[in-house]
Formats: sequence, structure tokens, C-alpha cells
Amino acid sequence: MSAPDDLARAVRDEPALLDEAAPRDETAAGAGAEAGDAAREPARPVGLGLTGWLRWAWRTLTSMRTALILLFLFALGSVPGSVYPQRGVDPGRVAQYFKDSPTQAKWLDRFWLFDVFTSPWFAAIYLLLFVSLAGCVFPRALAHFKEIRRRPPAAPRNLLRLPHSEEFEGDLTVDRAAAVLRRRRFRVVTGDGWVAAEKGYLRETGNLLFHIALLVLLFAVGAGGLYGYRGNVLVVEGDGFSNAVAAYDRFMPGSRVTAESLEPFSFTLKDFEASYVAAGAKQGQPLDYLARLEVQDSPESAPRQVDLKVNEPLDVSGTLTYLIGHGYAPTFRVTDGEGQVAYDGPVPCLAGDQATYTSECVIKVPDARPSQLGFLARFLPTTVPNGDAWVSVFPGAANPTVQVFPFAGDLGLRSGRPQSVYQLDTTRLKPLGKMAAQPAPLNVGDTKELADGAGKIQFTGVKEWISLQVTYDPGREPALLAAAAAVIGLVLSLTIRRRRVWVRVKDGRATVGGLTRTEGGGAAFAEEFAQIVTALRGGPPTEDAAPDEPRDDDEPGRPGAPAPGGSAIVAGQAEPDEPPTGTAAPGVRPDEE
Amino acid sequence: MPAPVSQAVNDTLAMVSDQLILVTVLLYLAAMICFALELAFGRVRTAEPARTRELVGAGGPALPAEDPAEDPGEGTAGTVRTPQPAGWAVRAGIAGVVIAWIAWAGNLAGILTRGIAVDRWPWANMYEFVVAICFAAVTAFLALLIRQPIRYLGAFVTVTAALGLGFAVLFLHVQAGPVMPALHSYWIAIHVTAAIVASGLFIVAGVCAILYLIRQDGRPSVLPARETLERVAHRAIVISFPIWTFAVIAGALWADRAWGRYWGWDPKEVWAFVTWVVYAAYLHARATAGWRGKAAMIISLVAFGCLLFNLVGVNIFFSGLHSYADVPK
Ligand code: HEM
Repeated sequence: MSAPDDLARAVRDEPALLDEAAPRDETAAGAGAEAGDAAREPARPVGLGLTGWLRWAWRTLTSMRTALILLFLFALGSVPGSVYPQRGVDPGRVAQYFKDSPTQAKWLDRFWLFDVFTSPWFAAIYLLLFVSLAGCVFPRALAHFKEIRRRPPAAPRNLLRLPHSEEFEGDLTVDRAAAVLRRRRFRVVTGDGWVAAEKGYLRETGNLLFHIALLVLLFAVGAGGLYGYRGNVLVVEGDGFSNAVAAYDRFMPGSRVTAESLEPFSFTLKDFEASYVAAGAKQGQPLDYLARLEVQDSPESAPRQVDLKVNEPLDVSGTLTYLIGHGYAPTFRVTDGEGQVAYDGPVPCLAGDQATYTSECVIKVPDARPSQLGFLARFLPTTVPNGDAWVSVFPGAANPTVQVFPFAGDLGLRSGRPQSVYQLDTTRLKPLGKMAAQPAPLNVGDTKELADGAGKIQFTGVKEWISLQVTYDPGREPALLAAAAAVIGLVLSLTIRRRRVWVRVKDGRATVGGLTRTEGGGAAFAEEFAQIVTALRGGPPTEDAAPDEPRDDDEPGRPGAPAPGGSAIVAGQAEPDEPPTGTAAPGVRPDEE
Repeated sequence: MPAPVSQAVNDTLAMVSDQLILVTVLLYLAAMICFALELAFGRVRTAEPARTRELVGAGGPALPAEDPAEDPGEGTAGTVRTPQPAGWAVRAGIAGVVIAWIAWAGNLAGILTRGIAVDRWPWANMYEFVVAICFAAVTAFLALLIRQPIRYLGAFVTVTAALGLGFAVLFLHVQAGPVMPALHSYWIAIHVTAAIVASGLFIVAGVCAILYLIRQDGRPSVLPARETLERVAHRAIVISFPIWTFAVIAGALWADRAWGRYWGWDPKEVWAFVTWVVYAAYLHARATAGWRGKAAMIISLVAFGCLLFNLVGVNIFFSGLHSYADVPK
């Protein structure tokens, strides 16, 4: 499309206005423009030597197109993280994968597909995206701040060539036209027989805000990972916890976390209650969990009572403690063959089945004499007989019993190999007595005498345990603010349209021309333009005076209907789709060409 | 503080809700038939002569929810090559709108009764969620119809809603009941509602995009021109994209309360993010010369596919923290 000179100037002067339709020079590069140059590839340097290539590489990296591709890769890269089990989330399932298909697992592991979100390639995408966005946004932000103070460019000579234009006779003056446009909150400049007006600067501001917010968000997430930590711990009713690295079952610090960075709070778990649906189709479904804590924010402060629930974490100066799991911890007293009490306390059990909370327990008694004792036990919170067997029918502890399977021998604790507290290594243990699949369950208070005079075990009571996650993430609040800013910026840049209107008056004739971005807004601007023209003519600025109803009709490119009572010239809305060629200013950045 | 947890379920009301949803399916199908009749026997549109016709046809101020171009009187323009549409076809279209509104009310009543029956927000499992999304899609269509002449979309939106509800009733239905402790939070009203509203609009955009690919320019068709379909799709996405963004952020805020971190690449989070990126790619593509039109529309359909995968695929195939879908086994 070949544009007349003055039109080309009008269009070119405001690079962000028509985005891709206009070539841009360096100073005027607006932030709203990034979509436009996404399609354009930086021109490769010819014979520019090393610095030329470096400049080219930097520009390529910081072009919007690259940023978009990186964002896309970022999303694509996260997909395997949803397909394969992740070590950081569920190490058990990863181990299972290795067991089920070892060769495949080995290959997946080579590409970090079980650790996608901590893998070098994911970090590479993340960092490149960060650099690309930063390199792209900051120069544009500077340009935009200059831009904001710029005045609308003077009116082109022939306004009738603009995508929206109208001509009419009347006694319109420059001052009145300026007043009409100012009332519509346009930024207005006047000259000899012309008015130039512009509106919608917030679009670029919103766009910039969005991109900067995205940058801050990436930064906050990264910083939170470095300076924050996460730990898991299991606490049985009656026991306490104090926030120190050694107290955790599992502690995952960021690389900048030291032991001193831990908030020195502590608490005791007074009581835990879980409630369940008692009857009906959803019987056994959990309804509510409540952990009563007595918390001391620091060793000196007075204790306070806190109800910890699933959606209500405990907050101690930004360190949050979450209730994430629970289970039963039946208590046992084990008396050994020499009559000494060798164990007395709770044993946390793991529930295999959430619907009945039938749980598996392991009791290790290394201090028992003459030989060490080990027990496997099955805890049934609500026991009912079922033929020769016993089962649990409800997760609540309505009729708790345990079935105990005793062993004696060597627990293997001295071998130095790490052992899970939830597993009994039976290689050097022998069953005590006849091993039945369904030994008679013990009620609370019952004692089982062990065969061979090895001692006895008493089921003394039922406690519950909770598992907690403690999190400290200094990036939380900045990330939230950034996300909120991103949404605001997004809404501004999606809904506001930058547009320009010019008026020329001469010898009792007025011409009005208007320009906006092509996509989507043609119809809306046509309507606004028609209203402006009506107002300039001096007609009432009412809705029905506007020839073009605010209706999106179902045919494209609908020109405005003839305005009432005027010899209107209706130009088609052939908005420029192609950049006017051959008008590029010197010093055009290759990626914006 | 959340209200004390109630576990009482009003079974009668829950049953009424189930029946209302069944009736709604039938009503959507009836509306779909009416809309389809209008499409089949109504006016045939060609891109070119329509332009001239518009000048004359779009004259006087039109009633809201009424398309001047659909007005049988427009035929007087004389530029229409195709025969006059039968008057009854237009009336079928209007009947379609009326039935669609009744079905909409039935859908709403079905959701409300379920909510009252269980005394909580009625979108805490996949069945309730899909029912609500269908409702949101029809709401989006009917709301847009008040301001814009998009009745031609009616048949496709109502059939989508009917299929969605039918799928929910047949494969996803679970008894009304209380929910997991993790869902006792006011965030369900914020996060899930936003996801539902955005999904409803994305469905309307998806329908437009599919029609866009079916429609061939320059040929007479019962469908409007491609540009029109493209514009409606774009409008729907421009509205829903920020809402989706908000839904994801609200999800992160909730996760910060419930799971101890605001973002942890849980499968649902991954796919919510992927969906977001692909819709963002659509918006950029549409603003980029050379990508406008077909390419951008295809990207929007890819994004829509990600949205559906997040709903169906992630709930059914992957396990994660976000497993509240309560999909019947
Ligand atoms: C960063 C965090 C989160 C993200 C990105 C996220 C994303 C989503 C998305 C995209 C949906 C739409 C439904 C779909 O397509 O299936 C959804 C639905 C839902 N979300 Fe979230 N969510 C997050 C956190 C949470 C949390 C913490 C909870 C509750 C504890 C939650 C509960 C729900 C529920 C109940 C639904 C509706 C029904 C369902 O799919 O089961 N979400 N979420």
C-alpha cells in the first residue's frame, strides 16, 4: 500500500499507534508496539565483526518475538512436569517408575524429566526469558516516558485519506473544535487552521505495567526460592516442635538460608480432631480437621492458643505452618524378657486406605533384652469382625484395635545403613510364635504375651499425629503485588485503544480525520469518530445522532451509514494493514523494522 | 472464618436439582432445533452483496436483541440474490432465543437447588463444575446476544451446552454431599467462579473459531462472514483472558493458604499456565501482521484444547494436589 507523504508522516510519528503498520525510530519506540515486531526478524549483520554479531545476538534475544518464543518454551517445558512423577513432589512414585520400567526411567532421568522444575534446561529457559523481557522492556519504558510528554503530531494535509474521515460545511472554528475534543478528554494541540488530538496513552502504560510486573513476578519467585525454605515434620499429640533445622524430618532450604534465618518459634500439639461424614453415600469422607496448638512466637513470648485448620495456617512473622496430613499413633508399652519396660510411647502409623484409615505400624524396640524386639502392627480405628478376619469400616476411632505380629532377633540398626522408621527389616528377625494372618485384635488396655518368654506388649491407648509443612517464602508478597499489577496492566492494554483525531478548518469547510489501531477496534472507533463529528458539527452528542450504532453487525468493513442531514463523504475503513514502505527513518533498530 | 461445616444434605432438593438438569438438557436441545431451523431455512449470506444491503438494512434504531439484518424487511434492498427467507424460519429463531432463556433459567435453578441442598458453593466437584461451565457458556451467549446479532451461534452454543450437561449427567454425576476440608474456604467462591466464567466465554470463542474454519469465504452460507466470527471470538477472548488470569492468580492465593506454597507446578497449575500462555499467544498473533485470521484462530483453538485438557485430562489421568474433581470411578 502506498501512502501519501503526509499520511505516512502522521502514521509514522506515532509508532505505537499503528504498531506493525508503521516503521519506528529508536526514540519513539512505544511499549504497545511489541506485538508488531514479533513477526519481524532482526536483520542479520553483514560483515560487522564480533561486536556486530554481539549486538545482533542481544537484539535477537531482546526482541519481543524471542520473548514470546521463550514464554512458549517455558509453558511447553512445564508439560513433562505434569506427565511424569516429580522427585520434589512424590519421590515414591518416581522410585516406582524406576522399578516398573528401568530403561525408560534411566533415559527420562538423563533429561531431568523427574526433576523438570529444577533442571538446568528449565532454568536456562527461565533465565533467558528473564533477560529477554528485561532487555526488551526497559528501553521501551524509557521511550514511553519520553513519549508520554510528546504532543500529538500536526495534522496531515489531506485528512480525507485517513481511514476515518469526514468533510462538512459549517462555521467550526479551531477553538471550538479543540474544546469539543478536550471535553472528550483528548490531548489537544492547535495550529494555524488545524487541531490535532490524541487519546488512549494508558494503553501503552498498561502494556508496560504488565511486562514489568511479569519481570518482577519472575524475580520474586526466584528470590523466594533462594531466601526461603520449606520443611516437613510429624508431630504426635502431646509433643512439641521448635523451629530449628534439626527438628525437621525433611528440610529444603534455599541456597541463601542459614540456620539463623529460622524464626525461633515453638509449639505443642494439644489435641487433634478429625470429623467424618457419619452415614450415607459419603460415609467416611473427611469433613473437618482441627489441630489445637499452644504457640510461643519466640522463647520469651507468652504462649497463645491457635486453632490450626487446613485453610488457616499458623503465621509467625511470615513463617507459615500448614496442616497437611494426619494419622493415628497408637501407644504401646513393651516389657522385655527380663521384665524391664523397653518401650513406652506412641508409634505413628501410615494409613493405607483413606476411607477406613486401616494403618500399618512398625514398632522397634532395640533396648529389649535378651534379644531385640520388632513388631508389625495393623491399626483398625473402627473394628468389626468379618468372618475370620477383622476390618475397619470407618476412619474415625470409634472402636480402635491393633493386630500385632511380633519378631525377635537383630533389628539391623547397627549396620549403619539408614532405615525407614516405617519399615521393619526382617532379614535377621524371626517370628515369635505361630504367625497368623489375622491375629486376634487387642483392645485398648489389652496385653499380648510374647512366645518364648520374650516379654509382653500392651496396647495402652490411641493418639493422633499431624504432619506439618513450615514455609518461609519472602517472595510471596512481591509476587502477589506483581501479579495484581500484571492483571491491571493487562486489562488496560486490552481495553484501551490509542486513537488520533485531526481537524482542519478553512473557508467554512471542516475536514476531520481519525486513526486507530486496526485490529478489533475499527467498529468501536468508527462509532466514536461519528460522535465526534456530530459534536463538531454542533449537533447534540446523543446516541441516536451517531450514524453508526454501537452494534457489531455481522458483516465486515461496514461503512457508516450516511449521516443525517449532511453531504457526508464516507470513506471506507480501509485501515492500513501494511507499513508504508520506504519511509523508515535512519537509525531504525533492526528488530523494530 | 468459614461457617461451621455442615454435613446435612437435603436429599429431596438434591433430587430436584438432578431432574432440573435433565429438563435443561432437553430444553437446550429444543432451542438448538429452533436455531438450526432458522439457520437451515433462513437467509443465506454471501460476503459481497451483504455489504450494500447493510447500508440500507441497518437504517433505523433497532430494538436490542434484534438484528436489523435478520429483519425480513431487509430483502427489499434488492441486492440479495438468494430467495426471501421464510417468515417462519425467523420466528423459529426467536422461539429458539425464548427457549434458550427458559433452559438457562432451568440450568440456574438446577445449580441453585444443588447449592441449597448441600449448603455450600455448588461447584466443588467435576460434575458440578461442568454443569456450571455449561451455564456460563449459555449465559455468555445470551448476554452477548442482547447487544449483538449473534443468533446464528445459538444452535452451536446450545448443542455444546446440551452435550456438556449430558456428559456430566452420564459420566460425572456424584451424589450431592459435603466436601473435603481443603475446600472449606471462601476462595472457592472466588477462584472457581472466575474459572467458570472464563471457561464459559472461552467456549463461545471456541465455537466461533470452529465455525470460522468451516466457513468458506466468498461462498453463500447460512453462517456469517469469517470476519464476523473472528470478531465475536476475539471479543469473547478479550473479556475472558483477564478473568482467566485472575482465576489462576486466585488459585495461587488459595494454594498459598491451603497447600503451603503459591505455585508448585502441580499438573493443574501447569495446564492452567499452558492455557494462559497459548491464549496470550493468540492475542499477540492477532495483533501481528501475517498471523491475523486463520492462523490466530487456530492458535485460539489450541488454547481451547489446553483448557479442555486441563478440565478432563488432568482430572482423570494425572494425580496431584488438585484432586477435588471427585470423578466417579
Ligand atoms: C496455583 C494454584 C491453582 C491453580 C493454577 C488452579 C487452577 C485451576 C483451574 C485452571 C481450574 C479450572 C478447572 C479445570 O479446568 O479443571 C480450577 C478449578 C478448581 N480449583 Fe483450582 N487452582 C489452584 C489452586 C486451587 C486450590 C488451592 C484449591 C483448593 C484447595 C483449588 C480448588 C479448585 C476447585 C474445587 C476447582 C473446581 C472443580 C474441579 O476441577 O475440581 N484450586 N483450578
